[in-house]
Amino acid sequence: MFARGLKRKYGDQEEGVEGFGTVPSYCLQRQSLLDMSLVKLQLCHMLVEPNLCRSVLIANTVRQIQEEMSRDGVWHGMAPQNVEQRAPIDRLVSTEILCRTARGTDGEHPTPELEDDPLQSSASELPIVSSAQGQRNPQSSLWEMDNPQENRGSFQKSLDQIFETLENKSPSSVEELFSDVDSSYYDLDTVLTGMMSGTKPSLCNGLESFAAAPPPPSSTCKSDLAELDHVVEILVET
Amino acid sequence: MLQTLHESLPSPSGLQADIISTVEFNHTGELLATGDKGGRVVIFQREPESKNAPHSQGEYDVYSTFQSHEPEFDYLKSLEIEEKINKIKWLPQQNAAHSLLSTNDKTIKLWKITERDKRPEGYNLKDEEGKLKDLSTVTSLQVPVLKPMDLMVEVSPRRIFANGHTYHINSISVNSDCETYMSADDLRINLWHLAITDRSFNIVDIKPANMEDLTEVITASEFHPHHCNLFVYSSSKGSLRLCDMRAAALCDKHSKLFEEPEDPSNRSFFSEIISSVSDVKFSHSGRYMLTRDYLTVKVWDLNMEARPIETYQVHDYLRSKLCSLYESDCIFDKFECAWNGSDSVIMTGAYNNFFRMFDRNTKRDVTLEASRESSKPRAVLKPRRVCVGGKRRRDDISVDSLDFTKKILHTAWHPAENIIAIAATNNLYIFQDKVNSDMH
Repeated sequence: MFARGLKRKYGDQEEGVEGFGTVPSYCLQRQSLLDMSLVKLQLCHMLVEPNLCRSVLIANTVRQIQEEMSRDGVWHGMAPQNVEQRAPIDRLVSTEILCRTARGTDGEHPTPELEDDPLQSSASELPIVSSAQGQRNPQSSLWEMDNPQENRGSFQKSLDQIFETLENKSPSSVEELFSDVDSSYYDLDTVLTGMMSGTKPSLCNGLESFAAAPPPPSSTCKSDLAELDHVVEILVET
Repeated sequence: MLQTLHESLPSPSGLQADIISTVEFNHTGELLATGDKGGRVVIFQREPESKNAPHSQGEYDVYSTFQSHEPEFDYLKSLEIEEKINKIKWLPQQNAAHSLLSTNDKTIKLWKITERDKRPEGYNLKDEEGKLKDLSTVTSLQVPVLKPMDLMVEVSPRRIFANGHTYHINSISVNSDCETYMSADDLRINLWHLAITDRSFNIVDIKPANMEDLTEVITASEFHPHHCNLFVYSSSKGSLRLCDMRAAALCDKHSKLFEEPEDPSNRSFFSEIISSVSDVKFSHSGRYMLTRDYLTVKVWDLNMEARPIETYQVHDYLRSKLCSLYESDCIFDKFECAWNGSDSVIMTGAYNNFFRMFDRNTKRDVTLEASRESSKPRAVLKPRRVCVGGKRRRDDISVDSLDFTKKILHTAWHPAENIIAIAATNNLYIFQDKVNSDMH
């Protein structure tokens, strides 16, 4: 399956088939973009209503990726055996690796950078340079094959969930509010949720040279404790 | 072009609440209103030019400060409603008082600003402090007279237009009829009468029956400056819809749809996001519209729907960085745009506290910076340049050194003169072109 040349852009086919090493890199980039988008869609801060425009744009991006993956035949209904638990972690790792910069931590493998060094070599539409050629490990084959229907179902469900949540958030009690949050996290991906706080700093590190923007008020960088305190304070005052 | 000089700014602080969220001149340019994240409105007034103090010609000083919106809690949804002022629009002045509309995500308020510079003195029944006099001490009657006092600016909320919006309000626009105005949120646009607060008319509704089918939202809207029946709204897919309120009560069907076909060679996963229109402004003439999307500003002729008549690149060097900008959420930044009084120059903000101006006639453009270092009082702003590899001049900034936390989202242009107001996070800069008009 790696032998066939994957499309890079619409109407812009590369001459000849890309080398074995670069084929997964496009899928890698696309997958990490998908992961990043899903993470962004999570309603992690429940105090202020999320920006609907941003959510819609991200959801549209996710749909686009999904459609392209379906067209490429990568999105086939392969039922995972027991990789269900593992797969999300792998994808997270891939995202983290992509986003870590070269001046980051380990010097063992050539770590791909998130910044866009000029990409004249590969005509990828995603400006993520991936030096994954030297990094063929068993995990990447999982990335290719592990787009299970389960995954498709779960994020379609999570997309629906998100819009539903945006539409009518009306829990009758505080407990219900937080249980809503919990179940939506669960539906999206418990592991993603669990890894969220761990992943975020790595993602942010990758933007060092961009003087990474201070998180918008709606980000997870407010401490959860402070949010809870705030909510309790409001409730107690009423 | 703009060889600017004056700047006036309040003392900067590190508080989030001081981040300026909107800037707007009134119709004469005498007053400039700013709204911030903490729900406050600060109004600046231009000092009249006087021969006695030539150095302070036409500077803007603080005229009034008031708390417009407070944070609220929506108990039904268990969500906070931010007090951040999203937009301020001035009403045309009809008497001695000034009025403006200010809005946060949910509630629009009409504020009346009045001056008091006289007060009555010499009451018979009350003494100077207002305490009732002992009647036995009153031996004669006097007529109270008005005596001058220090100018006091009083602000009072005259109308509160609440509960009109389920989603977040992104725009308000006063109609040229001076009686109505519209407010737009992500999915709906309402028409209000300025005197009636308990109801509004819904004139646009793009909410799908099933929220799961939602793929497009309203991003900005504005009334035509002269035709009270026409308004435009922009969408997250990059389209503009001109609507005529005479056609139907619900203007879901547009009269004109302005949309530029996508460039297939530039297509990427981010194409839709960067095509989302963050601001739309009619020209003063009413003949053109100006739109801002992530990388460009475009001028549209109302008579041509197929494509814009002019496109200007604001920071095309970011095109190869879209993935990083997506990750940092910068790609969702909403920049505003502005026309000058004669519709010959357009302006918009960018990153690194840069803002850009494009002269439509000469086709020249300039990048300027709003920062304390480069804007000492009466200093001339030096044009800046971003280099994208290749030859690098001495003062150039490389793309990788741009500070993406310093974004100029809000700018305003005086309705008649070459005076611009630039909001750089929590600092306000006002630049003035002192060169005579023979420049243009």
